[in-house]
Amino acid sequence: MEHYSMNLTLKVWKQKNTQSKGHFETFQVKNISSEMSFLEMFDVLNEQLIAEGKEPIAFDHDCREGICGMCSMYINGRAHGPWHHTTTCQLHMREYKDGDTIVVEPWRANAFPVIKDLVVDRQAFDRIIQAGGYISANTGNAVDANSIPIEKHKADEAFAAAACIGCGACVAACPNASAMLFLSAKASHLSLLPQGDPERKIRAVNMVEQMDKEGFGSCSNIGLCEASCPKGISLENIARLNREYLGAVFGEGGDNA
Amino acid sequence: MNWKHYFTTSVGRKLVMGFTGLFLVLFLLVHCYVNSMIFISRNAFNAAADFMGTTVAIRIMEIGLFAGIILHIIQGLMLARMNKAKRSVGYATNATNTKQVPWYSRSMTLLGTLVMLFLIMHISHFWIPSRITHDLNATKLPNGVETHDLFQKMLDVFQSPLVVILYLLGVASLAFHLFHGFFSACQTMGFTSHKYKNFLKGFGIVFTVIVCLLFAAMPISMYMGWVA
Repeated sequence: MEHYSMNLTLKVWKQKNTQSKGHFETFQVKNISSEMSFLEMFDVLNEQLIAEGKEPIAFDHDCREGICGMCSMYINGRAHGPWHHTTTCQLHMREYKDGDTIVVEPWRANAFPVIKDLVVDRQAFDRIIQAGGYISANTGNAVDANSIPIEKHKADEAFAAAACIGCGACVAACPNASAMLFLSAKASHLSLLPQGDPERKIRAVNMVEQMDKEGFGSCSNIGLCEASCPKGISLENIARLNREYLGAVFGEGGDNA
Repeated sequence: MNWKHYFTTSVGRKLVMGFTGLFLVLFLLVHCYVNSMIFISRNAFNAAADFMGTTVAIRIMEIGLFAGIILHIIQGLMLARMNKAKRSVGYATNATNTKQVPWYSRSMTLLGTLVMLFLIMHISHFWIPSRITHDLNATKLPNGVETHDLFQKMLDVFQSPLVVILYLLGVASLAFHLFHGFFSACQTMGFTSHKYKNFLKGFGIVFTVIVCLLFAAMPISMYMGWVA
């Protein structure tokens, strides 16, 4: 595609801190290259703001190659913007035309309080992991590869679930602000494998309990999470998690008392 | 964890919705089957209605049915309220992917409320006069048993075009509620693994279309005089 430059109008959420009430501010950016990433466009804007003596816009980012799960912008009504299976940092400006207006908001969920501008606190996810997203086994020496046979399809499903980068787009996109896609991916990549299997029920119960404590909503199986997940995490993981929860309710092994 | 705790977590509450929802789907199947007798004959329908109204086991299940409906409604409204409270500051922009996520999946509370309003009208039209107030005309079945002429009541009720339209709207709300609800209940119960996902999705849609078309045909045929 031919390279081109564009001038854009940005409406960005500005919020001083968690307690304060935020508002939209309008910014103009000029000469943005179609080759830039969305975050590079923000870098240009921030440089411009710093040169003008104004405060730059706070936004989360780290690896900028789509694997760390830090970037978290809600762009024109979509988590991570309009591209399928793409994080904000991998969204490129060739998506936009000269003169476009882009509205950028932070993830909005009570469980993800805004720290500043577009940065939200996603530690609730860490606490969900701490509640059960692990296996209780002494590590010891690394065992030989393939010493425990694992079916190919299970290995593939576990791998697909493990692709979750914990960015929170599922929560941001869900009308209920539910964290079930994240939770189920984190539970699935363990419970599909022999090492994680023994704790699958208690894991499901504990992680669901923690999710509720953190103030996430419940899953209505709408599927907006799957549609906006940059890693294509499947709703089948939620079904698996539900199955494990149901097993804990009616079977043995889901009780931590 | 005790039983109460299991069913009051976010997943537990959804399980209650799923269980009651699938139970109500089963009821719809029975209701649709019994009512379809109108397409056979007046006596066939009245005999079936008489069986439903006089068999003790079915009357006991009727209590379970009402309990299921009430639980489904209360739990549904509670969940809707709780979920709404999880996002105090809403988005200024929304570009929901309507191709991947149909509108009815996001409108279950609205559709459910419409079905509930329809049910109030529907119960007051038929269930109350036949089971509570008993102010229906009597008729004799071919085997000599005297029973309510519910068929005549249907003919009377569906003479009004407004009632027919309200019934069709009620059935349409039910259809869209089920398009999402059937699959959603299966997903909540964890049935929708890779193997069964597409089957359950398709089955839910085919089931809904057949049942709702039959239900819709009832007031229409009564109004048009296709059955008598």
